[in-house]
Amino acid sequence: MKKNDWILAGTVLIAALFFLVGNCFTERRGKDAEKYLRIKVDGEVFREVSLEEDAEIAIGEHNRVKIQDGQVEMIWADCPDQICAAHPKISKNRESIICLPNKVILEIVDRADEGSKENDAVAG
Amino acid sequence: MMQLQDRNQKHRKDWGRQSAYFGMFLALSLIFSYVETLIPISFGIPGIKLGLANIVTVTALYYAGTKEAFVLAILRNILTGFLFGNLFAIFYSIAGSCFSILIMHLLKKRGSFSVIGVSIAGGVFHNIGQLLVAMLVVESLSISYYMPVLLTAGILTGAVIGLLVQRLQRYLQKGQTR
Repeated sequence: MKKNDWILAGTVLIAALFFLVGNCFTERRGKDAEKYLRIKVDGEVFREVSLEEDAEIAIGEHNRVKIQDGQVEMIWADCPDQICAAHPKISKNRESIICLPNKVILEIVDRADEGSKENDAVAG
Repeated sequence: MMQLQDRNQKHRKDWGRQSAYFGMFLALSLIFSYVETLIPISFGIPGIKLGLANIVTVTALYYAGTKEAFVLAILRNILTGFLFGNLFAIFYSIAGSCFSILIMHLLKKRGSFSVIGVSIAGGVFHNIGQLLVAMLVVESLSISYYMPVLLTAGILTGAVIGLLVQRLQRYLQKGQTR
């Protein structure tokens, strides 16, 4: 391996750390957190659900999502790859489960991030 | 006249040889893709894989040329999509492949990176490319949450593929690199 190879790998690793720190930074724990689940279909918000109550929600005819103890899980999907159904449960701010074939996205959102939503809209 | 005929014949012979190699490379990458479906490697989130078939892509990049590696990867993506995966994944694979081959081509041209470095860049940008396409499809930026995992996985898989190609190069004829 040449010196440049190490520099390249190091740079990417630092970038990864940077993103990781960013993820930790936006996470609020305990009572401060006002997290909820946002379900989007085809880019449009389908429903926004509190994580406090356990629930099972059908997203159209293609996906089924379950909320239990503040954790979200895709329990059923009719897509061929089943990547979303195999995805571990999510509970942290900005974590998401995506079903690409059905264009369904489950994302955890903290109310504190609402202010930055406008930024997202601009960038997106 | 004689010369021209000679050249034509030589050209035809080369062409035949090339397509034979090309078919062999393609078959080999399909086998790698199949073998990979048998060994599950988990990086914490589903959908991430080693990409063994990229051994062929990187080797082709060095021994056959960028254009060939490009066509090879796209054909492999389409065929594996039909054979073992699902049709939907084809688009993501193609996006990732195009992006990674472009970056690998540029780094290789600079000459200051070894195969391992080039392959690491390929792995990383393959993942970035797929993430970007996913962002466009679901119209959400929040997927960037998975950037750390994808980048790290890209380095690791790229390094493994690069090491394997480096090993392979010892057995392949020297002086054939482009």
